[in-house]
Amino acid sequence: MSDTFFSGAPHWTWLILLYFFVGGVAGGAAFLAAVLDWVGGAEDRPVARSGYNVAAFGAIVSGALLTIDLGRPLRFWHMLFQSANFPALMFKGWSPISFGAWGILLFGLFSVLAALGGMAEEGRLHNPTLRAVGGAVHGGVAKLVGGVAGLFGIFIAGYTGVLLSVTNRPIWADSPWLGALFVASGVSTGAAALILLAARRGATEQALARLSAFDTKALVVELLVLVVFVVSLGALNKVWVSFWGLILLVGVVALGILAPLWLHLQRRPVARAARLVLLGGFLLRLATIFASEGIEHYRVTAGM
Amino acid sequence: MPEAMGFFTDTTVCIGCKACEVACKEWNQLPAENGGVRELSGDSYDNTRRLDGIHWRHVRFIEQFKGPYDGRWLMMSDVCKHCVQAGCLEVCPTGAIIRTQFDTVVIQSDVCNGCRACIAACPFGVIDINPVSGTAQKCTLCYDRLQVGLEPACSKACPTDSIQFGAISELRTRAGKRVAQLKSQGVAAELYGADPSGPLGGLNSFYLLVDKPEVYGLPRHPELPTANLAKSGGLSMASAAVLGLLAIVGLRKRRMDEQSRGGPGNV
Ligand code: SF4
Ligand code: SF4
Repeated sequence: MSDTFFSGAPHWTWLILLYFFVGGVAGGAAFLAAVLDWVGGAEDRPVARSGYNVAAFGAIVSGALLTIDLGRPLRFWHMLFQSANFPALMFKGWSPISFGAWGILLFGLFSVLAALGGMAEEGRLHNPTLRAVGGAVHGGVAKLVGGVAGLFGIFIAGYTGVLLSVTNRPIWADSPWLGALFVASGVSTGAAALILLAARRGATEQALARLSAFDTKALVVELLVLVVFVVSLGALNKVWVSFWGLILLVGVVALGILAPLWLHLQRRPVARAARLVLLGGFLLRLATIFASEGIEHYRVTAGM
Repeated sequence: MPEAMGFFTDTTVCIGCKACEVACKEWNQLPAENGGVRELSGDSYDNTRRLDGIHWRHVRFIEQFKGPYDGRWLMMSDVCKHCVQAGCLEVCPTGAIIRTQFDTVVIQSDVCNGCRACIAACPFGVIDINPVSGTAQKCTLCYDRLQVGLEPACSKACPTDSIQFGAISELRTRAGKRVAQLKSQGVAAELYGADPSGPLGGLNSFYLLVDKPEVYGLPRHPELPTANLAKSGGLSMASAAVLGLLAIVGLRKRRMDEQSRGGPGNV
């Protein structure tokens, strides 16, 4: 029996699951938006703008979800400042939940700025202050702000997996691959979100097709990492003889990865595959979180 | 600074009376579960079942019965181990968990915001949320009593001295003698957590056991949660680098121009 079976479940359930999913999509979208800003052409700008919008919205939702999930929501700031020693900063570089809190804050800041820049470009800002801020994020500044948002984005997508591994819980702490898996899933779902949203924001057919071709590669990486993750669990794989194993196999692998890959190969409209990728990303978080959270209820039946 | 203080629990003399559990609840004013209407476990005489936010002591009953005349009860009063290297303290993002002058580990309830990272970090399943405060709680090794020179409520109440409180160095000597005595009587006694060069730098609440640690619900090789940090972080960065490279190559402008001129690609 793994030593992780003697620890207690932290009750990280639906709100955290939603956060992991939303944070992953937002982070992946910001990352791809930044890549497009740096190496893409002018025709990619609508896609990049959508990416920053997804990132900004996702970051705000993430912050809200995390705050509501706390036992004492009004003390959320204790993670950022030393409560007895304000305004001294609270930061532990070795604790993912600590540096993650700062990561979300900065990710939110930079993606909101990048999104405002994009909206100002489109002439969609009517509030004078917002228009001034958005207007300042322009040209080289926009590229820089977007780049930083993208780097924080990929961090947000992946650190959630590292956070799970830096515990003593079954499955999470039994493999070092969760972070890498969540990075891949964040990028693939981020691309999917962009494919679905950017179409309505004036993205060209070409740009979307390119994004979809990239998503194919991201899905292949995700599948490979998922296989390595499962292999790395070794004897612990008995836990998947459960409802969560079914979700992982049917929901994540078949529907969320293989089906979209097949659709890509068949050159079907990109939106259908994108929806499946998003579903798969959600179910991946669901299976990995709940298989460990609820392990007390089924580990005897799973023969552990 | 005072010496490191802690508990030595000799499980061989525990009679499962639960005086420690009751004394702890009373001193720390911990609420009853379920409004005092207790659900019975149904498969054991142990109805507390676990440590959590309102049970800071838990007397484990390990019922080893092969037949009606062949069996034994192992009893162990479980509690926070006040690890010398404490996983809970390590990850706590608010700084709520501190190490005291007695080398014990205490959660400050007015700082904790209930993020629950410590629950998953503790290798022993000690911490949980106290529904009254909404914060994470566990044994404080009676920090309030220690500061005024009193011994913790549980060890004070223990009628058989199964729970012994004192300076760690002295407790270790005493525990060593007890192991030797039991061994000379043919009992397979082992100490768990008494070795400062062992896992987590030793436990300031350590145990004398007569069966494998797992039997008592204790991990054989407890680890700090950050043992996984470097590897997990490194692999995540590698994954990000691979995807970043694929994105740069796949989404860069030159390639798009080539493809819009009719080159390869799945439009
Ligand atoms: S036993 Fe758990 S709660 Fe107690 S100090 Fe060690 S890690 Fe923290
Ligand atoms: S629940 Fe409280 S004590 Fe535990 S890690 Fe979070 S802030 Fe720290």
